[in-house]
Amino acid sequence: MKSAWDKVCIARNMERARATDYIENIFDGFIELHGDRNFGDDKSIVAGIALLDGDPVTVIAQQKGKNTSENIERNFGMTNPEGYRKALRLMKQAEKFNRPIITFIDTPGAYPGIGAEERGQGEAIARNIFEMSKLKVPIISIVIGEGSSGGALALGIGDEIIMLENAVYSILSPEGFATILYKDASRNVEAAEKMKMTAEDLKRLGVIDKIIKEPEGGVTEESREVFINVKKVLIEDITTLKKNDTEKLLSKRYDKFRKIGG
Amino acid sequence: MRGEILITDIIKKNKIEEVGAKNTEASDKMIGKWLKCDSCKEILYKADVKENYSICMNCGRHFRLSARRRILQTIDDGTFTELNEIMPDVNPLEFEGYLEKVNLLREKIKINEAVKTGIGEINGIKVAIAAMDGNFLMGSMGSVVGEKITLLIEEAIKEKLPLIIFSVSGGARMQEGIISLMQMAKTSAAIAKHSEAGLLYISVLTDPTTGGVTASFASLGDIILAEPGCTVGFAGKRVIEQTIKQTLPDDFQKAEFLLEHGFIDKIVDRREMKSTLTNILRLHGYGGEHK
Ligand SMILES: [Zn+2]
Repeated sequence: MKSAWDKVCIARNMERARATDYIENIFDGFIELHGDRNFGDDKSIVAGIALLDGDPVTVIAQQKGKNTSENIERNFGMTNPEGYRKALRLMKQAEKFNRPIITFIDTPGAYPGIGAEERGQGEAIARNIFEMSKLKVPIISIVIGEGSSGGALALGIGDEIIMLENAVYSILSPEGFATILYKDASRNVEAAEKMKMTAEDLKRLGVIDKIIKEPEGGVTEESREVFINVKKVLIEDITTLKKNDTEKLLSKRYDKFRKIGG
Repeated sequence: MRGEILITDIIKKNKIEEVGAKNTEASDKMIGKWLKCDSCKEILYKADVKENYSICMNCGRHFRLSARRRILQTIDDGTFTELNEIMPDVNPLEFEGYLEKVNLLREKIKINEAVKTGIGEINGIKVAIAAMDGNFLMGSMGSVVGEKITLLIEEAIKEKLPLIIFSVSGGARMQEGIISLMQMAKTSAAIAKHSEAGLLYISVLTDPTTGGVTASFASLGDIILAEPGCTVGFAGKRVIEQTIKQTLPDDFQKAEFLLEHGFIDKIVDRREMKSTLTNILRLHGYGGEHK
């Protein structure tokens, strides 16, 4: 049995499959689209349009690197406001063309920097949550690695929320949690346990809907069966979600978050 | 409380000979009547400060207000009806010692939770209002805060009322973990519904508004006001300093910084808050003959 901390380590593993591995293996004809039309192009988010089993979908994905230089390019998956705004621009575009949206979440958190604050990190996250709650197309969110803080939630307002077996989703890192609540960052292992951040815990808490199995040791770019599985689940979920009319889709989405902690 | 450092033996020499004279035999109670401004270091008579909307008479610093006093300063006397004053406590992660801590604090400071919500009138205009309270676990947002704010917004939608939220928050309620995070989604989705109904939402940022509250309802006002000098940001200053390995300037994340960068509409002195709110409400057709 893996502990919560074991899973944190697997979720952070450098070898772990990245968003682009999912994109390559699940979709056809992916075309990446860039920029927020306002400030820049945030490389911590890879986004664009692709075919899922022949039907167009919009894909929004947080991307970490697999080595240091890639990680620097991707800002370690820490998104800046322009990244969230790029995501929002493309999600609105998806709504216009009636394409379902699939978001892949993998971030240690929104980037804490001077520029990020100057450009309204809080506003960017809030705006995404606000807008996603009323987008008239199905949204599926998948936490593939680390889902940390508002930086993850800003892409996480899905009709269906899926986690990989060893992915984690939390308010902040266990180290941060231990620092704040125990005044001792070295109690990270204990914190991970107490935070209930594993897929299993979150399913029990009603925060997520589905868990996708991983091979022993975790999903890598070689894990074909995982990609096949994710693809199958996405196709099924979209088919089911498309059966709702817009009103039903939106009221279900509202209720899904409305009931948490109520 | 950060704004109000009680004086003990530190009493500045000028302007307070009277205090100095009394201080030799001052009881704790006497000393308790004075406070030292953490901004200009002036020693102030508490009753005067209270009379002055809890603003330093010397430098204009806006000290923190309890939710109760915020409502008193904003809502017409005798018109406030509190909603959901008592809510059942929840401990979604079964975090050890959390409910005990909440209960002890509640008993000590006589405040139920980090937000007070209700319906009241501002110069005769009916509004739905929430005032957060920094005295309660730093105004952190847990399930109860998220639920009370969402219930208020839903009531505002039902009654077609404008909404005013005074934010003050250290961010997430850590002891509630992911459930605290999800309150951002819940409250923001409710704000979206209120907005879709064509209703006005005025967000007022006060010192400090940070973390998950900044990244949800506080940033979603049709109009966003802030008190002078208040700190508003997503990431904590220390976290940013550790990340970028440099010290940040004093004005970083202050209301004036946000105004400069285009994230708030107006900085409003607390003494003018009620008249400003009234004006904005009237400009949106509330309180006139039409409503
Ligand atoms: Zn002062």
